[in-house]
Amino acid sequence: MFRNTYDSDNTVFSPQGRLHQVEYALEAVKQGSAAVGLRSKTHAILLALKRSSGELASYQQKMFRIDDHVGIAIAGLTSDARVLSNFMRQQAMASKMVFNRPVPVNRLVSTIADKAQVNTQEYGRRPYGVGFLVVGLDHTGPHLYEFSPSGTSFEYFAVSIGARSQSAKTYLEKHFESFADCSLEDLIRHGLHALRETLQQDKELTTNNTSIGILGPGSVHEPASTAVDFRILEGTPIEVYLQTMQPKEVPPPASTSATASSSTQPPAGGDDDVQMSEQ
Amino acid sequence: MDHFPTNWGRPKYDSFDTHATYPIHNRGHAQSAASNGAVQHTHFSHSKSALRQPIVTGTSVLAIKYKDGIMMAADNLASYGSLARFKGVQRLHPVGDYTVVGASGDMSDFQYLQHILDGLVISEEANLQDGHTLGPAEIHEYLSQVMYQRRTKMDPLWNSLLVGGVKDGKRFLAFVDLLGVTYSASTLATGYGAYIAQPLLRKAVEGREDTLTEHEARTILEDALRVLFYRDARSINQYQIATITANGADISGSLKLETAWGFAEGIRGYGAQTQ
Repeated sequence: MFRNTYDSDNTVFSPQGRLHQVEYALEAVKQGSAAVGLRSKTHAILLALKRSSGELASYQQKMFRIDDHVGIAIAGLTSDARVLSNFMRQQAMASKMVFNRPVPVNRLVSTIADKAQVNTQEYGRRPYGVGFLVVGLDHTGPHLYEFSPSGTSFEYFAVSIGARSQSAKTYLEKHFESFADCSLEDLIRHGLHALRETLQQDKELTTNNTSIGILGPGSVHEPASTAVDFRILEGTPIEVYLQTMQPKEVPPPASTSATASSSTQPPAGGDDDVQMSEQ
Repeated sequence: MDHFPTNWGRPKYDSFDTHATYPIHNRGHAQSAASNGAVQHTHFSHSKSALRQPIVTGTSVLAIKYKDGIMMAADNLASYGSLARFKGVQRLHPVGDYTVVGASGDMSDFQYLQHILDGLVISEEANLQDGHTLGPAEIHEYLSQVMYQRRTKMDPLWNSLLVGGVKDGKRFLAFVDLLGVTYSASTLATGYGAYIAQPLLRKAVEGREDTLTEHEARTILEDALRVLFYRDARSINQYQIATITANGADISGSLKLETAWGFAEGIRGYGAQTQ
């Protein structure tokens, strides 16, 4: 467990030029259950896998609404995520009050990235142990960003974070060129397929363990009055989407991309269903 | 309404200073000076707040909507009381690429606001360069928050402001004053112009906002300015006109109002006529 002598203080570089505390924080993100984000010309969506601490427990929330035009999915420490999402909500409200304008999404993401960066440089602090996928809609269209505790933020066509997210990334990389012109229903199906890749062997996506966050005009399965605002679908409303999934191309035992890439992941030690703090 | 800016925001001392003729710096203590000579404090004299009066003031600002956008006009005078002190003052200020702010009231407070707005444009637009720019609606909301905050601190910025502009094909024209009061209409005027010019502007503009040409709009504003120059003793016959269209904001140089005074020959009752 004790890896080396340069990891007790986040302000000290290792001789290899690395900040170990920051890398451990990135590890905390990898331990959390996966979240996937995709973007088309009209929509930006999030999908996340929820965990529960046991058969009798509820599932931990993975998605948060920041404002009408911004939503996030998290992987890592939920408590850190709530601090940051609270801050993002305040930023959104401040923009509405001062300029009567929805906060520009890129600025919102840059602001929390700047906050996270401070924690990688100042003595006596620790990095946030959580990563975000942020979807936002502004006058330049729908956006999808990844935020990580190292203080970086990037915009993506499609991306995933959390446990076994590399498998989802492999799926997304294979299909992302078709996303731009996808209908919302097809986009969600792609998202579910990508999220499915992060599951453990004997698990499957259900109405209980899946969250879908949508930003953009309503789908055929939603009420006609649905606005473009961010909404989180959970439970029975996602049944229709789960049913659109196509069975996994399982048989070919000479494994293709999915198994090949998941082998690049670290041993799934921290990925048990019973993990209170990492969601 | 009291049209002497130096009286605004001050208590009236009708019993001893009926016509507000005491010098400004004496008025607060006029009561004590008049009665027993002892220093007497008013209810407000212990307050830390700095309720002031406007010193160097600009008069009306006018603005209308027309076919291509917004047109705004203000004269070039900054008065010191009733003295026409500064005759080349620009009271229209561009903010970003889409907005013009016109100010009446205290000119030093207006200069402070220009400083604030220029800083805002630098921090919000020049530094970030991310494609999110401030339009007239955002500038107006920001100004209304600044004005309201200052009035709540009992230290108002003594201005009435018009904010006009065009962004994303939408015209915007709105008012905000020293109390933080806001409203919007297709014709707006501040100060004395709210009484004299606003009815003229309404009659000329309302219902024709989408058909008025630039030339017609300019004529309407010039006519209103001319009437104001005849009636408003704090005005001058030099003015500037700002046009804000989809192509951006353009503020003219200083222009001269054409006036005719022949009618004065027929006026009886003032001056040195003998009959």
